[in-house]
Parts: sequence; structure tokens; C-alpha cells
Amino acid sequence: MELFNLGIRSIFIDNMVFAYFLGMCSFLAVSKKVSTAIGLGAAVIFVLTVTVPVNWLLNEYVLKEGALSWAMADLASVDLSFLRFIMFIAIIAAMVQLVEMVVEKFAPALYGALGIFLPLIAVNCAILGGSLFMAQRDYTLAESAVYGFGSGTGFCLAIVALAAIREKLKYSNVPNGLKGLGITMLLTGLMGIAFMSFMGIDL
Amino acid sequence: MSAETLEKAIEKKPAEALLSKRRKKLVTDPLVDENPITIQVLGICSALAVTTQMKPTLVMAISVIFVIAMSNFVISLMRNTIPGRVRIIVQLAVVATLVTLVNEVLKAFAYDMYKELSVFVGLIITNCIVMGRLEAFALGNKPYDSVLDGLGSALGYSWIILTVAFFRELWGSGSVFGIPVFDTVSGIFGPDFKLATNGLMVSPVGAFIILGLIIWVQRTKTGYVEH
Repeated sequence: MELFNLGIRSIFIDNMVFAYFLGMCSFLAVSKKVSTAIGLGAAVIFVLTVTVPVNWLLNEYVLKEGALSWAMADLASVDLSFLRFIMFIAIIAAMVQLVEMVVEKFAPALYGALGIFLPLIAVNCAILGGSLFMAQRDYTLAESAVYGFGSGTGFCLAIVALAAIREKLKYSNVPNGLKGLGITMLLTGLMGIAFMSFMGIDL
Repeated sequence: MSAETLEKAIEKKPAEALLSKRRKKLVTDPLVDENPITIQVLGICSALAVTTQMKPTLVMAISVIFVIAMSNFVISLMRNTIPGRVRIIVQLAVVATLVTLVNEVLKAFAYDMYKELSVFVGLIITNCIVMGRLEAFALGNKPYDSVLDGLGSALGYSWIILTVAFFRELWGSGSVFGIPVFDTVSGIFGPDFKLATNGLMVSPVGAFIILGLIIWVQRTKTGYVEH
């Protein structure tokens, strides 16, 4: 129940996009068509679900203060947490490479549609942000898996919804200066207000 | 730039002025016409979350200026030795090292700020502007030019997030840099004249809307239209 609650929270209340502004670059750039948005969203869900628990293991057994004591008693005082950024980003880059190869092999159409944005998932703030929040909030392994999946789903939901709105937006008359990024920002703000209504939900 | 490379440049041709027209353009272009946030749509990710107050925003801006300029410099020095296929990893390693440096400095000398910025310092690594400048400029240009280019982009980014933070703090908390403005105003005009703060400005929604409006104003002025 506790886990389910965390999942709901990470999808709706602590939404990556609307509450923490994470993953904004791809959120803005890939939200022009629903089909591409679904592809990117699915890739983000997958990568987050895999990287957050893997990074949890890394953090718990290598990086944390005293984490190395399972290997040797002498190492109990070693604190490698300053290496967190480098190690997390290395794991993420490796996992993204893996996903890229899998997608290229099994779904070439999706691979073509995602184009440059698949390798760019490695530098998507949502992915690194997920791992950093996990380390900061001291989640357990199960919690971090749920959190990774939940926040990925939240991102997917947000980007698909925005893409659907932008597809409709093509037929409306937007002032020149607002076209593209400007109107998308305002839209995101309005969607954020909508998501605020989930605040306080507790199961 | 080391003394050795400087001498070589002099041997070949008369050295370019330290701030020639071309180099000035490297710094000034990204401020308005090529602004990384409002025109190129980069680096919105990690910045907006810290803009509820001016102070953390300023720290964030300084950190980003340092990271972009230094990473541009380092990658530019290594540009001829990095194999093309692994360049992303090399770039990430350089940027992550610099960000770790910033993080440790903040932890040691400004612990409150470190707590307040929390994960967002780490997220400078995935700031698209950093990687974007490395890919687009530092890999093909001399170190000094790359530093200037990095400075330009970082400053263009900084003034936008500082403007967003100014409005969010003023309207959201009624202060600027922690100095109460709204209270002072109502102090001058008497207790009947009360300026209300808007809670929406403190929430993320305020950031989206303020940035959207800034983009509108700026693009109307420069006449840039996205198709």
C-alpha cells in the first residue's frame, strides 16, 4: 500500500515536469506529434525504471558512507558520495546505449522517429534527477523501483497530453511572438494548474 | 591559453585583438539574438526550479557560468585528441567533474545554499546548454574563443533566469533578494495600502507563465518567429 501510494504520488503530485521542471528540453522539443511523444515517453519510463534501482544498488553498496564495509571491514569509514554524479551519469549513459541498441533492433520505425532524442535521453534531466532524488530521499530498493516507474509514467503522461494539445493548436491563430515555445510554456503552466488539483491525495 | 600556443599564433599572423569584433560577437550574440533559453529552447530543465528566490538563482547562475566556461575550455584543449565515437562520454565526464567541484565548494562554504539547491546543482550536468555548446562550438574552436562563447551563452541564460526569479520573488513573496518590498511600500502608505502576494508565483506554475511571457516580449522585440 505504501508503495502504491508512492507510485501515485510520483505520477501525479511530484510530477517530474510540473513540480520539478525536469526533462523540459525533450518535453518541449518532442511534443509536436502524439506518436513520437508516446515513443519518447515509453523510452523514458523504461530507462528510469531500470536506472533508478541500478543506481540504488550502486549507491547502497559502493558510494554511501560506510557502504564498502561488506567488502572489507577497513573500508567502513570510506565515503565516496562525492563520486555520485559521475557514477550515476556513467550508469545512465550505458543503460541508454543498451536501450538504443534494443530499439534499433526490434522497432526500427520507432528508432527512426525518435532520431537524435534517444541518445539525448542520457542528458535528460528527468533521468539523472530521478536517481538523485532517490539518493536524497533514502528510498529502499523496492521504493526506488516504484519511484522510477512512477516518475517515468508521470513524464510520459505529461508529454503525451501536451502533444495532443499542440496537435490541436495547429489550427488556431497564435500571435507571432508566442508561436512555438511561448505558447507551449503558457500551456504547460495551465496544465500545471490542472495537476495541482491532485495535491493532497493520500491513499 | 598557454604562453606556447600564444607565441605560435603570433608567428603565423598578427595576433587577433584580445577583444576583436568577432570575439565580442561570441559573447553578445547569445545574450539576445541567439539566447539559449528563449530562442534555442535549451537548458530550461534544471533552472526554473530554483527561481522562487533571487539568491539561490544567483548562485545557480554563477555555478552555470563557471561550469560552461570551464568545460568549454577543457574540451577545446582536448578537441584534437578525443575520438569522435566516445566524445559524449568524455564530455559528460568533464562536466560531471566540474559540477562535483561546484557541489563540494558549495557544501563547504555555503551549506545553507547547498541544502536549498539540493539536487539541482547536480542537474547542471544534464543542462542542455552545456552539452550543446561543447558539441556545437568547443569541439571545433580554439580554447580562448570557446571560453568567450561559453561565457556568452551562460550570461544569456543567467539574465533570463534572474529576470524570472525577480518577478517570482517580487509577486510571490513580496521581496527582492530577501529585502521586503511589499511591506516597505505598505509601511510608507499606511496600513490600508496593502499589497497582496500571489501564491501561484511561488509554485512551479508561476515560472512557466512568467517565462512564457518573457519569451513573448523578447520574440516580439527581436521579430523572431518559430514555424
